[in-house]
Amino acid sequence: MSRDFALIWAHGDVLLYGLLNTVWLSVVAGALSFAGGAFIATGLVAKRRPARWAARVLVDAMRCAPFLLFAYVIYYGLPSFGIRLSNWRSGLVALAIYNSAYMGEVLRGVWAELPRETIEAGHAFGFHGFTLLRRIVLPPVMEAATPLLGNQAIQIVKDSALLTIIAVPELTHAANSLANTYFIPFLAFLAALALYWGVCLVIEGAVALALRNAQAKR
Amino acid sequence: MMPGLSWPDVLSLLRAVGATLAISLAAIAIGCPVGLGVALVRWGAVPGLAPLAAFYVSLIRACPAATLGLLLFFTLPMAGISVDAVTAGIVTLALITSAFNAEIWRAALLAFPRDQWEAALAVGMRRGLRFRLIVFPQILRASLPALVNEMTYMVKLTPAVAVLGVVDVTRAAVRIGAATYRPLPPLLAALVIYGIIVFVFVQAQRLLERRMGAHVLGRRA
Repeated sequence: MSRDFALIWAHGDVLLYGLLNTVWLSVVAGALSFAGGAFIATGLVAKRRPARWAARVLVDAMRCAPFLLFAYVIYYGLPSFGIRLSNWRSGLVALAIYNSAYMGEVLRGVWAELPRETIEAGHAFGFHGFTLLRRIVLPPVMEAATPLLGNQAIQIVKDSALLTIIAVPELTHAANSLANTYFIPFLAFLAALALYWGVCLVIEGAVALALRNAQAKR
Repeated sequence: MMPGLSWPDVLSLLRAVGATLAISLAAIAIGCPVGLGVALVRWGAVPGLAPLAAFYVSLIRACPAATLGLLLFFTLPMAGISVDAVTAGIVTLALITSAFNAEIWRAALLAFPRDQWEAALAVGMRRGLRFRLIVFPQILRASLPALVNEMTYMVKLTPAVAVLGVVDVTRAAVRIGAATYRPLPPLLAALVIYGIIVFVFVQAQRLLERRMGAHVLGRRA
């Protein structure tokens, strides 16, 4: 066992490289899917029926599909339309689109729960357009959405582990290659799980911090 | 039947539906009661065990299914327990769903009205009876939507155990695509299959909710 520990320690750089890739994938996919989610949310509450319908179909389809299946559709399916993406890019695109749908639904839900009075009061005080959005609408939306977005971020980190199947060099992939090269599956995967847990704890901590700041500002 | 799929392909997809359903139902059947047990340990603040349960829930909820599955699949044989891919997959998903179910049960337990508990105590009900007749039926009804939600997540998580070599719907679809050089038809058929499974779960929940509602009304009348 101590030999295994020494092996893991000696090849810590492999795991670290995988961890950095996982974090990078999750951060980029998280940012993209937040932007995509905001866009989809405006579609879900749009006045025009085709926009509403299209956003609803996209969200419902994603909510029925397993992430891995969707990643396969992107990875194997897009070349049928002449779009060729590397493993890395297919993984990133799949993560971003899939989670956009969930983020869209989260933001729509928060938006729908919000009291209308503050917005009307904002109108009455002469706020409009972007200033209204930034000063009046967004702060309470973001505060209510923060824990849910945090959950979704954790989901993205966990989804990214599935990309090992299409050979994206993330953390699980790194652990798997260590496990197979040195026959140390227990410690390799345990170390990977501990790192995933660490990432999730950081996200949870960030959410708690953001909420405390929002409370303090009030 | 479906455009772009031959009959043997359809058959192998249907067989894979059996695997997906069997794995997810087994994981749900184990994970629901285990989750309830974990929640009760935390709710009852059992000394020594309650912090352990909190640790378990926090750790498992952060575990990607594929990684946990690989850990169990390769490590259990080293500990002298031989497992095939399907068993390892079921254990993995059961562990994960139990942690999420534990949080659902715990939320219902925390929201459970204290006065009813005290009333049951006052009429001299024992612990087991109190739980079976007073607490459980109510927390079950309160948790049902969230539990079914979690079940649909579980169905969508089954492709993760494909890393262990289990042939579920997703893997079967990929195989067919690889054999025919036309990946899209089987993948889209798989999407439809998952849609149907999730739909069935949601419908079953509606039915159950209506029945449980009727049951309560019948008692009151």
